[in-house]
Amino acid sequence: MQETRIQDRGEAGTIDPAEAPGEKAPVLEARIRGGVAAELRHDSAAKHVTGTARYLDDDPEPPGMLQVFIAMSRHAHARIVSMDLSAVEAAPGVVTVLTAADIPGQNDYSPVFGDDPIFPTDKVEYVGQPLFAVAAETIHQARAAAKLARADYEALPHAVDFDAALAAADAAGEDLLPPHEMRKGDADAVLGRAGRRVRGRLEMGGQDHFYLEGQIAYALPGEDGDVLVRSSTQHPSEVQHNVAKMLDVPDHAVTVEVRRMGGGFGGKESQPALFAAVCALAAHKTGRPAKCRLDRDDDMEMTGKRHEARIAYDLAFDADGRVEAAAFDHLIRCGYSRDLSGAIADRAMFHADNAYALPAARITSRRLKTHTVSNTAFRGFGGPQGMLGMERAMDRAAFELGLDPLDLRKRNFYPAEGAETTPYGMPVTDSVIGEIVEELEETSNYRARREAVKRFNEGNPHLKKGLALTPVKFGISFTTTHLNQAGALVHVYKDGSVALNHGGTEMGQGLFTKVAQVVAEEFQIDVTHVKITATTTAKVPNTSATAASSGSDLNGMAALNAARTIKDRLIAYACERYQVPREQVVFLPNRVRIGNQEKRFRDLVGEAYLARVSLSSTGFYATPGISYDRETASGKPFYYFAYGAACSEVVIDTMTGENRLLRVDILHDVGRSLNPALDRGQIEGGFVQGLGWLTTEELWWDGAGRLRTHAPSTYKIPTANDRPDDFRLALWTKGENRAETIFRSKAVGEPPFMLAISAFSALTDAVIAAGKGRRFPEALDAPATPERVLAAVNEVRG
Amino acid sequence: MMAHEKGPIRYLLNGRERVIEGVKPTTTILEHLRRAERLTGTKEGCAEGDCGACTVMLSEPDGAGGIRRRAVNACIQFVPALHGRSVETIEAIGGQGLAPVQAAMVNSHASQCGFCTPGFAMQLHVGWLNGEIADRQSVKDLVSGNLCRCTGYGPIVDAGLSLAGQAPPLDAAADAALAERLAALGGEAMLAYEAPGGRWFAPRDVDELADTYAAHPDAVLISGATDVGLWVTKQQRELPLLIDVSRVWDLRQVEEAPGRTIFGAGVSHAAAISALTRIHPDLGEVMRRFAGHQIRAMGTLGGNIANGSPIGDLAPCFIALGAGLHLRMGDSMRGLRLEDFFLDYGKQDRRPGEFVAAIDVPDLGNNEAFFARKISKRFDSDISAVMAAFRLKIEGGIVTDAALAFGGMAGTPKRAKAAEAALIGQAFGAEAAGRAAAALAKDFAPLTDIRASSRYRLEAAGNLIRRFAAEHEGGRNDLFAVTAEVA
Repeated sequence: MQETRIQDRGEAGTIDPAEAPGEKAPVLEARIRGGVAAELRHDSAAKHVTGTARYLDDDPEPPGMLQVFIAMSRHAHARIVSMDLSAVEAAPGVVTVLTAADIPGQNDYSPVFGDDPIFPTDKVEYVGQPLFAVAAETIHQARAAAKLARADYEALPHAVDFDAALAAADAAGEDLLPPHEMRKGDADAVLGRAGRRVRGRLEMGGQDHFYLEGQIAYALPGEDGDVLVRSSTQHPSEVQHNVAKMLDVPDHAVTVEVRRMGGGFGGKESQPALFAAVCALAAHKTGRPAKCRLDRDDDMEMTGKRHEARIAYDLAFDADGRVEAAAFDHLIRCGYSRDLSGAIADRAMFHADNAYALPAARITSRRLKTHTVSNTAFRGFGGPQGMLGMERAMDRAAFELGLDPLDLRKRNFYPAEGAETTPYGMPVTDSVIGEIVEELEETSNYRARREAVKRFNEGNPHLKKGLALTPVKFGISFTTTHLNQAGALVHVYKDGSVALNHGGTEMGQGLFTKVAQVVAEEFQIDVTHVKITATTTAKVPNTSATAASSGSDLNGMAALNAARTIKDRLIAYACERYQVPREQVVFLPNRVRIGNQEKRFRDLVGEAYLARVSLSSTGFYATPGISYDRETASGKPFYYFAYGAACSEVVIDTMTGENRLLRVDILHDVGRSLNPALDRGQIEGGFVQGLGWLTTEELWWDGAGRLRTHAPSTYKIPTANDRPDDFRLALWTKGENRAETIFRSKAVGEPPFMLAISAFSALTDAVIAAGKGRRFPEALDAPATPERVLAAVNEVRG
Repeated sequence: MMAHEKGPIRYLLNGRERVIEGVKPTTTILEHLRRAERLTGTKEGCAEGDCGACTVMLSEPDGAGGIRRRAVNACIQFVPALHGRSVETIEAIGGQGLAPVQAAMVNSHASQCGFCTPGFAMQLHVGWLNGEIADRQSVKDLVSGNLCRCTGYGPIVDAGLSLAGQAPPLDAAADAALAERLAALGGEAMLAYEAPGGRWFAPRDVDELADTYAAHPDAVLISGATDVGLWVTKQQRELPLLIDVSRVWDLRQVEEAPGRTIFGAGVSHAAAISALTRIHPDLGEVMRRFAGHQIRAMGTLGGNIANGSPIGDLAPCFIALGAGLHLRMGDSMRGLRLEDFFLDYGKQDRRPGEFVAAIDVPDLGNNEAFFARKISKRFDSDISAVMAAFRLKIEGGIVTDAALAFGGMAGTPKRAKAAEAALIGQAFGAEAAGRAAAALAKDFAPLTDIRASSRYRLEAAGNLIRRFAAEHEGGRNDLFAVTAEVA
């Protein structure tokens, strides 16, 4: 047992003399392996490629595990007159059928508003809404049995698109959520007397998350009515709370655990509570473990998506192309229930300015009910929609003012110095967008390519190119202020190894790797000594969702604080034991200098254990200095902003509307990167996902309110051939967070998604070229499918 | 009744002999691997062959003493397809360590959430073994049937490309031994597998197929399972009787005769690409965009025709070329023009017990121009909004014969007779093309659906005629040939 100096057996402190502290000289390393800023691989990379990384459905199933199938509504809006499930119950293999009547507590899985019934009792409000569930010995039996249900419905009128939703809301005199407004100055007065005024409207589609691992959870019943739920969720605490309130037990009776998800993107923030609740209910009712894993089509029909938005813009400009005032009216399609729509629609408003200082602004937002699945969090959380509205306005204004769109954009950026305020009254003190765009303009060779694109367009009758360079400024923090908190739990074992746990969840973004790097850095030990463990509500309570790009900001800090507490105890021990002042205890790579001697880290830890020093600590972090008053729509909702820019070149076929991205250049600010390799992965992946939203990914509902694009055969996320070979991605080397974040890094999960707006702007530019610059393609909505591009070409040529 | 072996399914799983008995024939390979064999590295992402997360390597004797290796979607393949074959999964390709593709993916940060990763690794691994990795484009085409939602694909393609210079560790002697071992597992006679829930026959030559089908005319024919697989995974249909035509060696032949190419109905899309490209390069391009790589490896030309889909890509191409079908029932054969095969939506001129044996495709004649294009929302692995294939005979600048065939425009793949009439006797150019495009409204009243509106389909179809005319003069001019110019 060379590794463990102190054995559990035997008398504490009796040590093999050969292994005595100080006997073995520490290795003098200049740098730990896997500290902060190292390009460490994802902690599970080797497991991913060998298929040994376990996802929930890979866990060995305990004997007797029931398989649960959720039957769905085929009506968009109907009253349930009667439902006869007797044939379902009698079907082969069926153990139980679950309905609202089985729920001991609250029949609800919503995050906030109490309006998402697990099983509806009187009416259904979207095609795909859960109706009842069947728990059987096999999933095939459960599925087959569900088809035997007999139900009578009375159809009610349904609203699916914006116009129908508006009409219904106006008739009812009420929107799904109250409207909201932000004001800065008197924008309408300025607009009313403006000489150069640009108005228009843009509609953008939603987006399915298409995480490769579909929704899944399983529940293991325990004693005393306890239940252990393993859930593929970004929000274990919310799953815990929802299961508890459904079962009418205290939160402490429910433990939720997640090691990793096969992708989340926001789709596993509020949605997983449903599946966890259903299998917990099955477990509660039968006493048997129960699993609920969704088929892809069912997942896409049953779960929420990115919000569709319709944005009207109205901007006034001075003679130099500076914005004098801007007004945006947002219409947001929420689906049948509130879910997170309020905060999402708010974030769309927070990003209506994108990177531009608006001397006067009015932003209104209406949140509309539709008889479709309840839209939910998706990377960017409303930000992309708000930002796209502004960038369309910029493209339109540049067209009307006869300017290169980049020149117009540059004239309106938030300045680097000074403190121009946002429409919600927050001073922007950290703007680096001007600098980033200058640099990207240079490195992307924008001006020369602008000329080359023009030449190409003059020489080709059927194909037209477009070019655009667009900025991103994205606010970092949950705008619901209390969510900006995190906890961690760090144990140092007496062999010097470390177990790390925190409230963040791993969905592929590399959060676990980054936080482990933080802990390694703080202790100055190789990251291989830090064990990454599954997120569980039993270790860190009351966590926020891993969302809002906040994972490493919040959990990194909490883990740092936990490690620092233990480190402080080790320092205090060393000071006392070796009678040195505090500043003479220095943590060096894998060793500690105490006065004029050096010890291996693990030797110091072993000694501290013998001296009865606690080697375990929680850590906590709450983002300082943020607040937002929703009544006045003002405050400082964000701790800081993340910035980036992208330049895209596209080509369109004016005869078919087909289009391709030819090249993209990205310059993105991640502050001082915790892990450049992981950050690049987030940026590239975010960009391509954004590209899908704006080009090929189309949600298509038929007249009956049925989503007809509910599988990869019909819903088209990008493939490898959609990513241009010429993809030039750089982290901004000057990046440093002015806010005191974890090692001065910046959040990177969501902001890069919106870099893809450059591709949409470039498509707009290409369509303008197709009309020889005579008209602006007002009809070019998102996603820019071949059909929409062709229609826009017709419009500008019309 | 012919000789058959009422036996279990015998196959190799990661090099070990396995026997399957009593398992319903429509159990998918994926379900069997994950649940019965507890090999959970292979993932289910969609259960319809569209995401590639379930990709495994299926190997079988190639008929020439060697081994044919294919990356296939385990989610839509049924377990009897394993008989006499070998399947390797992500857990095994690296032996005790990492296979080169696995190491390359780790090194290039090619995984994020990791759920699609085993599928990409398998696809690239098989592509590497088959010598298909040459350049960046070849890697992207290899993974055209694999979806990743996290990475944006760059690091995955980089990892695949890094294998380009490495010779795969293949050994002809070992392959020959494996082929013999698999042949022995496959047994002497036709597989007739029976288990609660269904029966499965796997004839080995066309006569055996004809006899089996004649004896069981109510059976469902299945080859690559790329369509029938979904009847089970997505529609939960019961298929009590299946005849697997994928082992019928004489349906897998491509015969290049003078003036024509005869494709056996069992020729896979992948295997047809080179012969199709020889007929016309546009056909090769259409095939490159047909489904994803795994589907092209398993799906067959005969299946794509015989299922009568109004949006299949091949039927319009073959109709435009004037192809014929060879149909067989029992011992009797008949020939039919392909365009006459499609009677109505979902209805073909095929009698019970009759099957498509071959597709007879004439070469282009002198003075014949050809053009085929596919329009879809996404470049790869998408079903066409409009599929167009045109053949014109142009003599002295005048169109003397025209075949304009379309998919996605009607309930069946169909020729545009009015548009053809508008071209015949005219000088082929913008003017005639415009008149033909306008005439399409008489030929078609297409549907509005998820892929496109009726209006778009008509307009794009007409524009493809115009494009044909423009390219006939000026050469190919589409966006797939364009790059960003300035460095």
